[in-house]
Amino acid sequence: MKCRRCKAPAVIDIRRHNAAFCRDCFLRHCTEQVRRAIDHFDMIRPGERVLMAVSGGKDSLGAWDLLTGLGYECDGLYLGLGIGEYSESSHGYARDFADSRQLRLIEVGLPEDHGFDIPSAATGAARSPCGACGLSKRHLFNRHALEGSYDVVATGHNLDDEAAVLLGNTLRWDGSYLGRQYPVLPASPGFVRKVKPLVRLTEREMAAYCVLTGIDYIVEECPMAEGNRHLAYKDVLNSLEATSPGAKASFLFSFWERGHAHFAAEADEERAELRPCVECGSPTTGDVCAFCKLGERVRRRSHPRGAEVAPE
Amino acid sequence: MKVLLRNPKREVEMPGPVRVSKLLEHLGLNPESVLVIRNDTLVTHDEHLDEPDVVEIRPVISGG
Repeated sequence: MKCRRCKAPAVIDIRRHNAAFCRDCFLRHCTEQVRRAIDHFDMIRPGERVLMAVSGGKDSLGAWDLLTGLGYECDGLYLGLGIGEYSESSHGYARDFADSRQLRLIEVGLPEDHGFDIPSAATGAARSPCGACGLSKRHLFNRHALEGSYDVVATGHNLDDEAAVLLGNTLRWDGSYLGRQYPVLPASPGFVRKVKPLVRLTEREMAAYCVLTGIDYIVEECPMAEGNRHLAYKDVLNSLEATSPGAKASFLFSFWERGHAHFAAEADEERAELRPCVECGSPTTGDVCAFCKLGERVRRRSHPRGAEVAPE
Repeated sequence: MKVLLRNPKREVEMPGPVRVSKLLEHLGLNPESVLVIRNDTLVTHDEHLDEPDVVEIRPVISGG
């Protein structure tokens, strides 16, 4: 195959674009897709400070590289989840990336700083590990962005992630979640603006971007994600994509163009009911936010009432 | 030729020459869910793989 742009030998073919690209033209394509997403959804304005949520995986490291390449002032925040060797390894990739580019990486540990890890949260609070992980990440990325006076939190959610979430939300016709599913969530009291600059790029494109730019990332899947619903949705969508190239992008982009507005009011109503958590001050619909409740439940299970806790 | 697969990490021997798309079909892998890397370079689905190539089939799907 030849590159669609320059006719040099191609290194990647993208069926939904009916195109193949050489290395340089593919990297340009990735940059253009990110720039287009940022401009179209008004994600980041000139001079704003961005906090990149970094996991050590292809999407967050690739997104961090693309954003700094586009000239944005962008620090990273790595959240250690306490998932044994997997967390140690992913932390190493995040550190190495930041060091090699002399970028600032803020490092926070769920076990060290909040007294619990994801495996104990999953068992102690009877939640799915992915649910406990997502909840902790959303809470802590927002909190650290507020404390560090960042204007925007950027995440590495790509086209496949968003299409899979949309499929899950649509299967349940969950109006509130559908109303919140958008590439930009504007800032509101207690919340920093959240943006997803990779929504126009697939997982395969992001993995290729990292391979071609020499970004070392954790290839192994999180051991706690095995069997999660999100992966099953991705599998369904990729089967569809194999027979109908472009189906995933069409499903997602058509929703944003024609479907999202129908559900936005439901999400707005929920947002209007938010008040500060009595424990940490983060916005919540109840008295105590879900993150504080999660930590409390795990700690109570670790040290049941009446059990003596050894003094430090 | 040697083909490295992940999750779980393992190595299999495959006869060549074979087209990338045929290899993926043979292994029951969806082309959307993997990258094929030959001797540290990405290859398109119409490329032919043969001895003494070292091929890595890298999954790209993550659960987060």
